[in-house]
Amino acid sequence: MVKRLVVGAHYGLRDWLAQRITAVVMAVYTLILMVAIFRAAPFTYEGWKALFAQGWLRIATLIFAVSLAWHAWVGVRDILMDYIKHDGLRLALQVLTVLLLAGYMGWAIEILWR
Amino acid sequence: MSSAAAKKQRPKYLSLPAILFQIRLPLPGRVSILHRVSGALLVMPFAAWALYMLDLSLASEAGFSAIKGYLDLPLVKSGMLLFIWAYSHHLCAGIRYLVLDLNRGIDLRPARASAWAVLVVSLALTAYFGWKLW
Repeated sequence: MVKRLVVGAHYGLRDWLAQRITAVVMAVYTLILMVAIFRAAPFTYEGWKALFAQGWLRIATLIFAVSLAWHAWVGVRDILMDYIKHDGLRLALQVLTVLLLAGYMGWAIEILWR
Repeated sequence: MSSAAAKKQRPKYLSLPAILFQIRLPLPGRVSILHRVSGALLVMPFAAWALYMLDLSLASEAGFSAIKGYLDLPLVKSGMLLFIWAYSHHLCAGIRYLVLDLNRGIDLRPARASAWAVLVVSLALTAYFGWKLW
């Protein structure tokens, strides 16, 4: 017999869907960035700086960073739920993960709009 | 008839050592666990590493050439190779899962074939970008 306590309303589906949508966003960004870098060759500081000075690429990179944080949160939480059986340790690691991902986002924004 | 199978104690969940050393996974299973491993590596340390290099390289001309010199170090190049593999594998396996989610290629043969394709394509991408780096 399966004893299952159902809490919340479809948050599992929401995370599942969010992970897939953010995956598509990041895959598309990866292609765009590859094309942009190949077109910016030869590889110099001026070219590199000019590439990320473009408003559209800054916004696209920000969207990528947000997608990455969201996607990684769902993924890391899945990993922690599977392997870390101690509740307190799992909660601590989940908090650290959120802080790490928030830190990444802040750092990315700082780099992009310096 | 049912005795041996029914009495066998089945594990409630699969521990990491069991996944790594006891269970012989089929190929799609290997792609799956590599998807996990590569995802974890991308979160930490590779995302931080990429941000560090992006930060320095965009900060100044000196920073840009510092990163160029940094990327010439053999240890850094090896690390980059692993980074490129993790990104390629995670991307290719991820595309495979999106297609599987659409109920395409879920029979045994095409699922095995696509698992092979993920391994081969991600290694080919790693070889190509690694060659570009070197």
